Parts: sequence; C-alpha cells; structure tokens
Amino acid sequence: MQYIRPTDGGRRSRLAFGFLSILIVFAALSAPVVAQDVVADTPADTTAVSHVPAPATSVVVDDYKYDFGDRLNLSWVPSIDDQIGERMVLGYIVYRSINGGEFKPLESLLPGASSFEDKDLHADSSYVYYVAAFSETDTVPSIHTQAHQPEREFIHFDLLWLFVIAALISFSVIYFIWMARAGKDLFVRKIAGLDAVDDAIGRATEMGRPILFIPGIQDMDDVQTIAGLTILGRVAKQIADYDTRIRMPVSRSLVMTAARETIKAAYQIAGRPDAYSDDMVNYVTDEQFGYVAAVDGIMVRERPATIFLLGAFFAESLILAETGNSVGAIQIAGTARPAQLPFFIAACDFTLIGEELFAASAYLSGEPKQLGSLKGQDVGKGIAMAVILIGVISVTLGKAFDIEIFNWIADALSTVFSKAGGS
Amino acid sequence: MRREIPLIITGLVGIVFVVQYFIPHWPFNRMNAWFSDWFSIVQACAIWLGALNLLKISLEKIARRKSDWGYAVVIIASFLLITIIGFVEGESFRDPGTRFTWLYDFVYTPLSSTMFAILAFFVASASYRAFRARNFEATLLLLAAFFVMMGRVPVGDALTAFMPEGWRLTDLATWIMNFPQTAGQRAIMIGIALGIVSTSLRIILGIERSHLGGD
Repeated sequence: MQYIRPTDGGRRSRLAFGFLSILIVFAALSAPVVAQDVVADTPADTTAVSHVPAPATSVVVDDYKYDFGDRLNLSWVPSIDDQIGERMVLGYIVYRSINGGEFKPLESLLPGASSFEDKDLHADSSYVYYVAAFSETDTVPSIHTQAHQPEREFIHFDLLWLFVIAALISFSVIYFIWMARAGKDLFVRKIAGLDAVDDAIGRATEMGRPILFIPGIQDMDDVQTIAGLTILGRVAKQIADYDTRIRMPVSRSLVMTAARETIKAAYQIAGRPDAYSDDMVNYVTDEQFGYVAAVDGIMVRERPATIFLLGAFFAESLILAETGNSVGAIQIAGTARPAQLPFFIAACDFTLIGEELFAASAYLSGEPKQLGSLKGQDVGKGIAMAVILIGVISVTLGKAFDIEIFNWIADALSTVFSKAGGS
Repeated sequence: MRREIPLIITGLVGIVFVVQYFIPHWPFNRMNAWFSDWFSIVQACAIWLGALNLLKISLEKIARRKSDWGYAVVIIASFLLITIIGFVEGESFRDPGTRFTWLYDFVYTPLSSTMFAILAFFVASASYRAFRARNFEATLLLLAAFFVMMGRVPVGDALTAFMPEGWRLTDLATWIMNFPQTAGQRAIMIGIALGIVSTSLRIILGIERSHLGGD
C-alpha cells in the first residue's frame, strides 16, 4: 500500500475539516434546545397530549308541535372538535332516561349531526337526554337536558290557513253545484281535446280498428289514474253505443280490476252487456319499460285508429305518443305532470293540460251539477290570480319605495301561503 | 246497493283522509299509515290477479294460434323462468351473484335501458315537428328552445363571450327557465291543484260516478 505524505494543501484541508467538525458539534449540542422550545410553543403538542374531544353543547329538548304527544325534538351544537381542526369526533350517541330511570343509548349518529327526533313516546312519561361525542379513544357526554314530557295537541294549527283556503274553494265548488242543480245556466269554455272525443271514436268505428286506452303507469292511489278512469267510463259508454272495440293494457293489477268494472258498467248502461268481455282490459307488467315495450308492440301490430293517453305518465310518455303518431292514430292525451306535457303537445293531436284532465269527465257528462263543480274551480283560480296580482304589486312597490303598508301586505301573504303550503 | 256501497265507502274514506290531515290526535294520526298498509296488502294480493290474467291471455293465444302467438310463448317462458329461479334462490334471491340477480342485471336492465334509449330518437322526431315555425306560438317556442339549448352548452357562452356578464346566452337561458318557464309551470300547477280538489269533492260527494259506470 502506497503512503502519500501530506502537503501544505493537505494541512489546510485538515484545518477546514476541524473547523467544520467544531461547528457541527456545536450545532448538534444546541439543536435539541431550540427544538424543545419550538415544540413547547406549538399547539400540536397539546393535542398530542390529550385526544379527548370537546362535548356537544347547548343540548335542548323541545316538544314536537302538533302531534299526539309521541315525539320530542332534541337539538345541540356539535362539539368544537367536530367543526374545526382534525375533526376527531367520529359521531354522537344519544342517551335517554325514562321517568328518572337509567340512561340507555338510543341512537348513534354521524359526525356533524345536530338534531334528533325521538318517536313513539308516551305523553304520560318524562324524558331526559344527553348526547355523547365520541372519538377513537374517548366518549365525552354533554350535560343532561331538563326532564321533558311530550304534549298532545288536537288540531294542527300550523295548517290553519291551508284549511281556510281549502274550505273556501270547497264551498265555492259545492255552492256552484247547488246553483246548477237549481237550474242556473253556467258557461263552461270549450275544451278542444274533449270535443274531439266523439270524432275520434267515430273514426275508429269507420276504420274498423280498435281504440287503445292507456291510463298511465300509476296505481289507483294516484288521482290522475282515477281521473283517467272517470273519462274511461264516459268513453266506454260511447264505444259500446258505436259497437267499436276497446283495448286497454294496464301496468297495475288494481287498475285492471277497476277498469274492468268501469267498462262493464258502461256497457250495461249502454244496453249492451253481451258485448263486454274481460279481455278488453289486460295486465301487462308493473315494470315501466316492459309496459312501454308491450304497448308499443300492440300499437304497431294492431294499428289502433284512436289512442287515449290519460293518467300519470313519466319518461314513457313520448315513446308511447310517438309510436302512436307513427301508426297514424288520432291521439288524445292528458296528464297532470307538467314535465310530460310538452311531449304530449308535440306528439299528440289533442292534449288536456293539467286541470283539463280533471275537468274532462264533468265536461263530457254535460250534467249541470258536474259543470257546477268546474265553476267552483274557476273561483279558486280567481282567488289565486287576485292574490298573485296583489302580491306582485305589494312586493314591487314595497321594495321600490319602501312603503310600509305594502311591505306588511307582502309579508302577510308570504306568511299565509308558506303556512298553507305546510312549510 | 252494488253502486251505493262503493259510493258510501269512497265518501267516508275521503272525509276521513281530509280530517286526519288536520288532526294529529289518535286515531287520525295513525290512519294514513293504516290505509297505506291496507293498500299495500290489497296491492300485493291483486298482483296474483294480474299475473294469472297475463298467463291466461297468453295461453289462450297459443292454444288458439292467434296472430303473433309467438310473443305469448316468449312471455310465458320468461315469466316461468324468472319465477322459478326466484323461488329456487330462496330469501336471498336479490343478493349479488345469484342467478336471479344475473338475469336482472344482464337481461332485464339492458332491455329496459334499450327501451329508454329509444327516447333520444323520439325526442328528435317530436322536436322536429314541434319546432316548425308554422305560427306565432310555434315560432316563439322555437326561439325559446334555441336560446335555452344554446345557453346550456359551452359553445353558446363562447359565441357571446364578448358581451358583458349578464347578457350572455347562459344568462338568457337561465332567465327563460327561471321566469317565463317557472311562471307557466306554476300556473299549470295551480290549475292542477284546483282540479284535484274539485274532482275529489265530486267523488267524495258521489256526484262523479262514471268510474262506477255513470248514473
């Protein structure tokens, strides 16, 4: 091994190395002191010492307004550790004590929860609650609420304005029915779609093709389906008179039985019970697009001359209406679903818009007492128009000129109709 | 009596439903739930009527060799297949990996989606007819649709980027949707609500009887 003798440059290097070594040692000795000071000043070290979250605060129990004394509302301010920082709170557990008994866990809630509705209580018992915020390691209870007994109420006073408005409209409907019965002449505007019903049935008779009646895809608990069946009653009577075929595929079993009864009764009244057959109405499927496929198939194969689409429709409205249009059928549609109306207007010959679907049966009957109910409906529309007009004027003038009376009217109307809407 | 009894039941149930909405006291507070349960039970029983009706009509079609009886064979085969597999799978028939779920996911869902997808083509053909500027109203509809569609796509904004904010196509589309469209829709909704009140009253009072075959 060759030894190399140190030169002058080597001596300078050794000096520099020694100086650097002294600096490193000094730094190493002083570093922990500095680090300790910094760590001591940072709040992170405080949390490292304790993982206990702060409790939920302001825990309040309130009676649920307008119930049978079987509900209480619990609300609280979430733990501060659920709102800022590392959000160490993993959730809350609601504890309940009944009539001073032992506290038992009732419900586990997610972080961020600030309320809980306790149901199925008894009005003759008293309840105390507390809410425990929990983290991975700890559970911290809040202070207990006051003992609370649920109260029973007999009338839902929040719905008072809804009751008043509904009563006003109902009385106007009943009043006009009574007026019509007394023989007063009532003017009812023409509804083109309904005036075309006769022609549509006549067309099918002349062409020797069937009439297809589709009552929507909802069950008998939907008022649109009921409205559809009331129209079916009128239409079926005419179909029986004209001796035309009716075909009615349905997507609900209950609608099938109800529609059969309706058509059967219509045929009996028309004096042609022998022409009625249960096969006029048949169940297809509850599935939306399965039903659409079946009905489209019927349309394409049987090529009905007239199609009635009256009831509750969803995404299938346009598929049905366009297929009907493609087979050259005259189509009369009606629904109370605003989102589907444009499709029917685009694809059908006549469309009953919203209220016209509900007015159809009364209109087709031509009976004074039924037409009277339509006049009552008009009173409701008159009230709505007047209130909208007053509201718009009040808000506009109130905001523009800061006139107190208009602001008061606007606030009053807002209160009445937000209460009437149940909010 | 065949007509009177349904009328009395309808009237009574209708009145009870109106009353229960305003009275939170027992038994009214429970009636909504009771009637819903009853309806579900009747509905569940009635499904057998529907299923049997479907089978009966399809079998008749096959037996008499009516036109398009081949479709009836498909109906019966599908009906029996899904029913038998459902029963064989037992209570867990809806769990992932079961044959029932496989049929649902890979046969029913694609078929259903296919039917739904046809809507896109029908929208195009219906729009073509609806948006022809034949008269003033149709022209108005065409213009509103044009502005809303253009305002909903990035190119609409790009075309009017030089205009001040609040005057671009997006803003026009939003204005059309928020004001004229909402106003029109609310007017229809008010009419519908009044129509429902009027129809319900006619049925509850027994004036409307056409669903029972008329007077």
